Amino acid sequence: MRRVENLFLTFSILGSVIVFALLAPITIIFFMTNPIQIGEALMDLEILNALLTTFTAAAMATLSALIFGTPLAYVLARRDFAFKNLLESLMNVPLAIPHSVAGILVLLAYHSRSSIGEILSKIGIVIEDSFWGIVVAMLFVSAPIFISSTRSGFSMVDETFEHVARTLGAGHFKVFFTITLPLAFRSILSGAIVTWARAVSEVGALLIVAPYPKSIALLVIERFEAFGLPAAIPITALLLLIGIIVVLTLNYISMR
Amino acid sequence: MRTVSNPLLVLKSLSKSWREFQIKDVNLEVRKGEYFVVMGPTGAGKTLLLQLIAGIHYPDSGKIILDDVDVTYLPPEKRSIGYVPQNYALFPHMFVKDNIGYGLRIRGYPKDKVEEETRELSTKLGINHLLERRVSTLSGGEQQRVALARALIIKPKILLLDEPLSALDPETGEEIREYIKEIRKILKFTAIHVTHDFVEAVDLGDRMAVMFNGEILQVGEPIEIINNPRNELIASFTGAKNLFKGKVIARRGELAEIDLGGVRIYAATRKLGEVMVAIRPENIIILLEKARISARNVLEGVIEDILEKPPYVSLKVDAGLPFTIYLTRNALEDLNLRVGRRVYLAFKASAISVF
Repeated sequence: MRRVENLFLTFSILGSVIVFALLAPITIIFFMTNPIQIGEALMDLEILNALLTTFTAAAMATLSALIFGTPLAYVLARRDFAFKNLLESLMNVPLAIPHSVAGILVLLAYHSRSSIGEILSKIGIVIEDSFWGIVVAMLFVSAPIFISSTRSGFSMVDETFEHVARTLGAGHFKVFFTITLPLAFRSILSGAIVTWARAVSEVGALLIVAPYPKSIALLVIERFEAFGLPAAIPITALLLLIGIIVVLTLNYISMR
Repeated sequence: MRTVSNPLLVLKSLSKSWREFQIKDVNLEVRKGEYFVVMGPTGAGKTLLLQLIAGIHYPDSGKIILDDVDVTYLPPEKRSIGYVPQNYALFPHMFVKDNIGYGLRIRGYPKDKVEEETRELSTKLGINHLLERRVSTLSGGEQQRVALARALIIKPKILLLDEPLSALDPETGEEIREYIKEIRKILKFTAIHVTHDFVEAVDLGDRMAVMFNGEILQVGEPIEIINNPRNELIASFTGAKNLFKGKVIARRGELAEIDLGGVRIYAATRKLGEVMVAIRPENIIILLEKARISARNVLEGVIEDILEKPPYVSLKVDAGLPFTIYLTRNALEDLNLRVGRRVYLAFKASAISVF
């Protein structure tokens, strides 16, 4: 008994080191600024535009992940096929490489003179220095998170529910929309939120694919480099607040 | 309800291999209105058989004829089959009434019609009080009733029940057995009930099939199969399980005194009159002396035979009636049991199934 107590004491002390290391930066910033400064940052047209660009591009990336990733996740969860494991591993490669590298890969594959890029530009999608470039780069680095989260959400839905629903007269699509989707909804929603947050936080790939229009993370770098640390503080605090809201929302979803 | 018309369900040389389970050349006929039990040990392929009938899997070969129509490759939603899986699979994101009404809602019935039929069926099945409840608040027995209602509301041609009682404690199991008999009288459905428990087979089944390793070994009336198993294999999990006919001759509250033709035992049951009594071999304790123990029933007998049945040893004891008892090899040696030795059989009143 005594030893166990000692173990928890030692581990708690060691653990507090990392708690401190993580919490210090996200606390200290709020002593360096105030609500007025953060409010002023929200009035700054350049910041506002960058925020708008980033949030809408991230939303577009998340939406694309939802529309194309959800069906993929369902197939991965329910069917076995050749090289399925390999495919799943490859889908996670974007998470395992530096994001500058991700940017170069995206640019190479989809720039307007590449063979895929030529097709894309015919439907009005040019990625260099464009909003769509931001969306595509964000999608590349964040969609894997959505796919794996949604896939595990579907895997957790007992197939027997689907079987019963089918015997009761529901076809595949009806079963998916009335049984599977509602039961996996929480995983899909939290997957989408994490995907969106990951897209918002992207820097490296955007720097290479589409530095313009200016996204918020790039603007932070620009302000820091041009005007020094103090100039970057209010907008940093603002983005941090958004991050905290995201995390608390996720927590709320998983508790419910 | 035997008719001369074609059987409701015909399985013709049905075969399927799926994961570690197999169905091998199964031929079976189920008549309209019949309660058909498929009995076999775990892993025999019973669930797979039901899933083939339901259309959840398609067979590798063979045919399934339902109501004179070849449904072998018809998707489940076009078959009109009620399926109650082992874990009931009530939809956790819906209230009880929405679970029951699902089959009608999905068919596009108007809302008030769904509501009306749900209420009507629930009244017949005695689960009206559960309609507004959440699925997560239901007991095992309640879940079973709701799952039955959900399957029956579409007026299926046949109802498939996968081990419907195995997740329930013995008392609830007995209650649900009586319940199934009751609702059968009211709704007159045809059912296939899969189980590993011969008590369910004898109590509920009009006919039964014995299944082992994906094959049907014997088909007939339950009592007939249990009393005359065609071979040793069938006997090993159906026969010789201390199944006796008897009559309740007196009761003291929950306890009934039952005469098994000379031998009298006490069992926990509310039944009256002619009954069947089953005592599981593993629930009987062997004693060398008539000691004072808590078991209500102690019978004196003589060991007639000792058979090796790895991992057990099976004893035949004549205690006025032929009893079978399972022991471990160690217990046999510790007690120094031999053929001809006088022993006492002890079993609790609650270890007896009466039906």
